[in-house]
Amino acid sequence: MKILIKGGRIVDPSQEMDKVSDLLIEDGRIAQIGNDLKADGAEIFVASGLIVTAGFIDLHTHLREPGEEYKETVASGAAAAVAGGFTSICAMPNTKPINDNASVTRYIVDKAREAALAEVLPIGAITRGSEGAELAEMAEMKEAGAVAVSDDGRPVMNSQVMRHAMEYARDHNLVVVDHCQDLHLSSGGAINEGRYSTLLGLKGMSRAAEESHIARDIMLAEITGARVHIAHISTAGAVELVRRAKQAGLSVTCEVTPHHLALTDAAVVGFDTNTKMNPPLRSEEDRAALIEAARDGVIDAIATDHAPHHADEKMLEYDRAPFGIIGLETALGVALKALFHEVQVPLSRIIEMLTIGPARAFSLERGTLAEGSVANVVVFDPDREWTVDPTRFKSKSRNTPFAGWRLHGAVAATFVAGREVFRSQ
Amino acid sequence: MAYNRKDLLGIRELSVEEITTILDTAESFKEISTRSIKKVPTLRGKTVINFFFEPSTRTRTSFEIAAKRLSADSINISASTSSVTKGETLIDTARNLEAMAPDAIVIRHSSPGVPHQLAAMIDAAIINAGDGAHEHPTQALLDAFTIRERKGRISGLQVAIIGDIMHSRVARSNVHLLTKLGAHVRVAGPRTLLPPDYEKLIEDSEGSLTVSPRVDDAIAGADVVMMLRIQRERMSEAFFPSLKEYSIQYGLTMKRLDLAASDAIVMHPGPVNRGVEISSEVVDGASSLILDQVTNGVAVRMAILFLLVGSEAQ
Repeated sequence: MKILIKGGRIVDPSQEMDKVSDLLIEDGRIAQIGNDLKADGAEIFVASGLIVTAGFIDLHTHLREPGEEYKETVASGAAAAVAGGFTSICAMPNTKPINDNASVTRYIVDKAREAALAEVLPIGAITRGSEGAELAEMAEMKEAGAVAVSDDGRPVMNSQVMRHAMEYARDHNLVVVDHCQDLHLSSGGAINEGRYSTLLGLKGMSRAAEESHIARDIMLAEITGARVHIAHISTAGAVELVRRAKQAGLSVTCEVTPHHLALTDAAVVGFDTNTKMNPPLRSEEDRAALIEAARDGVIDAIATDHAPHHADEKMLEYDRAPFGIIGLETALGVALKALFHEVQVPLSRIIEMLTIGPARAFSLERGTLAEGSVANVVVFDPDREWTVDPTRFKSKSRNTPFAGWRLHGAVAATFVAGREVFRSQ
Repeated sequence: MAYNRKDLLGIRELSVEEITTILDTAESFKEISTRSIKKVPTLRGKTVINFFFEPSTRTRTSFEIAAKRLSADSINISASTSSVTKGETLIDTARNLEAMAPDAIVIRHSSPGVPHQLAAMIDAAIINAGDGAHEHPTQALLDAFTIRERKGRISGLQVAIIGDIMHSRVARSNVHLLTKLGAHVRVAGPRTLLPPDYEKLIEDSEGSLTVSPRVDDAIAGADVVMMLRIQRERMSEAFFPSLKEYSIQYGLTMKRLDLAASDAIVMHPGPVNRGVEISSEVVDGASSLILDQVTNGVAVRMAILFLLVGSEAQ
């Protein structure tokens, strides 16, 4: 089984490659990159004018299976992923039941195998039931396929428990992913604390609630030697904390979501609950700092925090509506808008944050087009214009603040292990 | 001069002309409440639903009387906010209301934005009777009406608003309205109850807004002193140590009122905690317009119902 992707612009930051060339896939692996490769027997995909990169990796996806299949299943999430160019997605453990033991991990892995679309890499819980008290069976979950541990959305507030979690995770070479939020400081908050929370009478979540927790995690990373990944940073102060941790040589990485790059809390005016997520949309100064951090390399990965919710659940009073929006199918377009089309961050840098950046953060053997590597490949057109129409999403949910947006940048085809799993109409 | 909006959701989005239209219309309606037969046929055959998700006596009664004096049929529905947990979503609420074919829905809710969310789904005129800590536009309009009636103007007045600024929709709506009409508003209260960036609440207006934790400074020379109700539960949330300390540090006493202009007026949106945010002497004193506010509330709400529902009769 051979596929020849002809004449595309191959951008692979893992090899510092950016050239027009052919790419040959054979038996599920990258066989060769070169000019005028022979087609003999290969299926040909003409990629002239298109960009060819390693498949995107999302370090932060919420699938709702098991437990809330009406919002998203592993299969529907994986279908949304490949439509958005993601070939590997890391599934957060806050399912029902929580993925805090190997049997749940295996269940997710099995469902992903049945779906046979994107690779689904489970993230196990840090603590049993994500209750922040006793450690979950990390080593067993790792054997079952977990690639990291996190109590995403329910941050471990007890610093001693977190310290032990980091020490134990280090022994088993697992990255600890933290959603950083001091739950006392942010109690009851619905949006960013600032002019808009004051204007709208909604309770605010201060930047300090995120930053103080990040500072704690960095200090714990220093004394434990653990690898710590800060999820969805959203403030200028968070950027500086991570920058300093990296300069100090700590194993600290971080991600940013497309929506924090593209939107601010000004979007909350009008009370559309699809502007409610956690961490909340921040100020213009924060957004600008995140964009600069994406440009200068402090940010390792663009991650979606894809969080499906049923319309009935989102259609509530703003302060009662659940946090979260979906993002797999808009990530590329929104990231290109916020970083490439508006402020000219180099395309190779953006692709790095979608491929080898996240791969390195979690030590995944993915995110590269190096010869011999698994042929997870995406072909996209960075300029093609399209309108976001949530009714056409592969995801089961529709909760996006980007409905009706005109975006530039669309996926043409997605290949997982050399198999075409998505092609645009 | 006209008011062409479908709803009254807040003061922030209103123009000076729209505000003036409402106040002038209210003036013409005030006289009706002094007649022996306090009723005109203006809104006969119209239906107004008062939908209150939060307990309220004063505002609900005021709307009910306003509707009745205009001959509209008014219906009161009280609902617990816990209806959401019983499975009724906002959309169900909206559809049920719409099915009763009302001309106007007066809504009070503890969550900011509910009137705005409903307004987008419902054809009837939505009148915000208080949404969380966001806005309470009819209260601000009746306050402005009361000030204008007594002082003859709003532009150029020094207005102090004192107390729990953070949780107060009355303060927010008044800040928008009074500054739009050219007043200089000084807001004061304990720093724990002053939300961040409050001074950025207003954009290019005739008036001005200052925020400070020093009550005496805010009251000094003020033409209007507006006190806000303090909720007892704020103590348990560690906003201030005790009601006693609050009343000494931030409450309005005769002594503190002496700092204001000699002809200063005192206002309060009610219900009053006597001896906490305001002393009984001040409540019952000559400067107090607290009961005038209640009287004027009916006229202002009549004007709003007329402008929103009676427009085709014009």
